[in-house]
Amino acid sequence: MQHHHQVIVIGSGPAGLTAALYAARANLAPLVIEGIEAGGQLMLTTMVDNYPGFKDGVMGPALMMEMRAQCVRFGGDIFPGDVTSIDLSHRPFALKVSGTEYLADALILATGASAKWLDLGVDKKLSGRGVSTCATCDGFFFKGRPIAVIGGGDTAMEEAIYLSKLASSVTVIHRRDVLRASKVMQDKARSIANVSFIWNTEVVDIKDLNKGEVTSLVLKNVHTAEESELAVQGVFIAIGHVPNTKLVAGQLDLDENGYVVTHAGSRTSVPGVFAAGDVQDHVYRQAVTAAGSGCMAAIDAERFLSGLAHEVPAETLSA
Amino acid sequence: MASDKVKTFTDGDFDQSVKDGVVLVDFWAEWCAPCRRLSPTVDQLAEDYNGRLTVAKMNIDENPMTPSRFMIRGIPTLLLFKNGDLKETIVGLAAKDDLVRLIDRHVA
Repeated sequence: MQHHHQVIVIGSGPAGLTAALYAARANLAPLVIEGIEAGGQLMLTTMVDNYPGFKDGVMGPALMMEMRAQCVRFGGDIFPGDVTSIDLSHRPFALKVSGTEYLADALILATGASAKWLDLGVDKKLSGRGVSTCATCDGFFFKGRPIAVIGGGDTAMEEAIYLSKLASSVTVIHRRDVLRASKVMQDKARSIANVSFIWNTEVVDIKDLNKGEVTSLVLKNVHTAEESELAVQGVFIAIGHVPNTKLVAGQLDLDENGYVVTHAGSRTSVPGVFAAGDVQDHVYRQAVTAAGSGCMAAIDAERFLSGLAHEVPAETLSA
Repeated sequence: MASDKVKTFTDGDFDQSVKDGVVLVDFWAEWCAPCRRLSPTVDQLAEDYNGRLTVAKMNIDENPMTPSRFMIRGIPTLLLFKNGDLKETIVGLAAKDDLVRLIDRHVA
């Protein structure tokens, strides 16, 4: 049996599920391929207080379960696989999921962004050994121990606040002398007794790879180049995100940081391919903006498909 | 649905349980969202390998000794043992295809 769909959505965060909801309600019978980080970044958060419609806040994972159920209610087909290759050179576009080929007349990329690592090499090697990008997942292991959080944005503050309840001390290390985080998050973090800040400082090494655990961080002041060492047993990296665009690199226009370039709404440089959510947005990166752009992608895809109905089918886009 | 082919290990029976054959142990907790995400994949592996691989789960809240012994500092973590020896450590979410590739190195 051939897996040919009018619309395939890759990704299942707020952007992907909203795109699928609108596509389903437009009778386009969308297939959503969830990916291994199904539900997206909100699955790793706790209380979300800025999603409209929830005056008392909503837990991130609960919000995603609601979005998923709403999408399914209107006939969205959600498949728990991970896309391993994408071919945009012909229409229908071809995707591979665990060796099985899927074809799509229109494709909505909502693959999001993943936590960025430090580029030290050692941080990835000590992942699960004291280095983490997810406080709610791994904070448990650092009860009563000193830890550090690297970064100065909202995510870094959120991690520091969460971890302050578990760890003996939390040191936030930031490479500038001002935080990028929102005022409300900054104030909250600064008011906690066991949270302290080290400014104008980068992490240049994490010890101790030989022992297979984190014992300390080697720090460098960005102004004086002076090095120091901070004893911690865990380190949480919150320095931003990288867009998940590896599978489409070279096939459509990306900006210098790897984000999908969109124009006229959600359109990409390849007709029939649309992008929504963090994969094309490094500015707003909110659940509500992701959901909004997912809606735009579904409407754009619907218009594209209704335009196609008047053309000769299965055209070849490039030789 | 959880597979009935997946066993549950405890601190008490761990050594005995991993000493023969190839054993995959999934360390998890109720509060861990990525663990819930990995769980269906672990269930599928238990079904697919049907006896050629022992697949088990270990709740780290109820069994703190074993995770501490293997220096686990993040979950989900999968450990693969062959005749009692630790052969593979997989930290975080992993795609089924990648897990199959690792397991096939050790399963006859």
